[in-house]
Amino acid sequence: MLDLHGFGDQLLQGASITIQLALSSLAVGLILGLLGASAKLSNIKPLQWIANFYTTIIRGVPELLTVLIIYFGATTVLMSIASVFGYDEYIEIGPFAAGVTALGLTFGAYATEVFRGALQAIPKGQHEAAIVLGMHPRRKFFRIILPQVWRVALPGIGNLFLVLLKDTALVSVVGLEDIMRKANVAVSNTKEPFLFYLVAAFMYLALTIVSMAVVHYLEKRASRGLTRG
Amino acid sequence: MELDFSVVIEYFPRLLSGTWMTMKLVILSIVLGAIVALPIALARISKNPLISGGPFAFIFFFRGTPLLVQIFLVYYGASQFEVVRESFIWPVLREPFWCAIIAFTLNTSAYTAEIFRGAIQAIPEGEVEACKVMGMTKVQMYRRILLPRAFGIVLPAYGNEIILMLKASALASTITLLDLTGMARTIIARTYTPIEIFLAAGAIYLVISIAVIYIFRLVEKRQNRYLGTLSIKVPDKG
Repeated sequence: MLDLHGFGDQLLQGASITIQLALSSLAVGLILGLLGASAKLSNIKPLQWIANFYTTIIRGVPELLTVLIIYFGATTVLMSIASVFGYDEYIEIGPFAAGVTALGLTFGAYATEVFRGALQAIPKGQHEAAIVLGMHPRRKFFRIILPQVWRVALPGIGNLFLVLLKDTALVSVVGLEDIMRKANVAVSNTKEPFLFYLVAAFMYLALTIVSMAVVHYLEKRASRGLTRG
Repeated sequence: MELDFSVVIEYFPRLLSGTWMTMKLVILSIVLGAIVALPIALARISKNPLISGGPFAFIFFFRGTPLLVQIFLVYYGASQFEVVRESFIWPVLREPFWCAIIAFTLNTSAYTAEIFRGAIQAIPEGEVEACKVMGMTKVQMYRRILLPRAFGIVLPAYGNEIILMLKASALASTITLLDLTGMARTIIARTYTPIEIFLAAGAIYLVISIAVIYIFRLVEKRQNRYLGTLSIKVPDKG
């Protein structure tokens, strides 16, 4: 049978880190995506410029480079900000925080386009009906618009999550103890690279399959109002 | 925070040589990937599960696992086996450049095969029927009608795939290749100016992406130029 030389537990710990990283980046990315989409659709020109600048830059630069810039650059930036306030100790952000920032920014840029399309797909009548009923704009957004946007955007967001899940492997390059890093450690101890990288590959594949099932369930749930009749 | 962009100017020739390496990686794997993808896409369409099963598993594996794992599997993984190390392909698998090409080609061919499949299946059934009515053989139908039609449909998605490949090529730096990202990391190890050099590298990637988008818009316009006649309104009879 499969002999993992006792590294099985390590790999599972790595999987837990990978999942935590993916879910945290998802949360950050969803918020950035909604903000980005709202900015792109707003009538305020500077907001549109900022959102366009953000999505163009992030989507044109390799994810690995984003991870590296955030990881190595954040220290410099944070320290210079802190020194303004008279704090001169060495500040370092960990690989996890850098990973969440970088992957969240990446996810947010792509999600901006998905949400923008979904927001535009909501019929004008829905807005008008909510206003006629006397809803406050915030309440209209959370009660009427967002649930429908969610349904339209889910397939796109689901695809982006699968991409995000695979991108988490990049954070191992800056030292995060995820599946990939644990596999590297196992390889350097056992000299069995093919075995461990293949096991790592199948762990990612398993996570992908689970994510696909969850997205499928959510899609069904989100469109349950439509299946009637 | 003081940024000193003079290092960018000083090391710009080296960044350019890294860019050249990135271009070689992307162009080679895109071309090889397209060649590999076509038969996979055609087999994937087959209704016979014995023919479509293999391509399905191939596509699922390469789209469902991180490219980083795939690169490591080729570069480090292959060396685990004595058989490989003593065979004639070892001189190829020993070179990080060819390992990157192999991993990128397989990866992009999986995505491209799905794009091709989508395009072929997007062609209206009526055109396939028309081919059959004209008495074309299957080969003629694909060569004359379906593939040229699919080429026009495929272009936007294919342009995206090239940009994704360009960005994915940064992973070559993890197996010691001096592509744009690898070169940037080497320069930074010497100068310790991560922000300046990484931003410069990012800007170069951005310029290449924009160039690819622009070129594809031109090709798309040309390939789908027959659609332009649609804008001339033909008055309805009666």
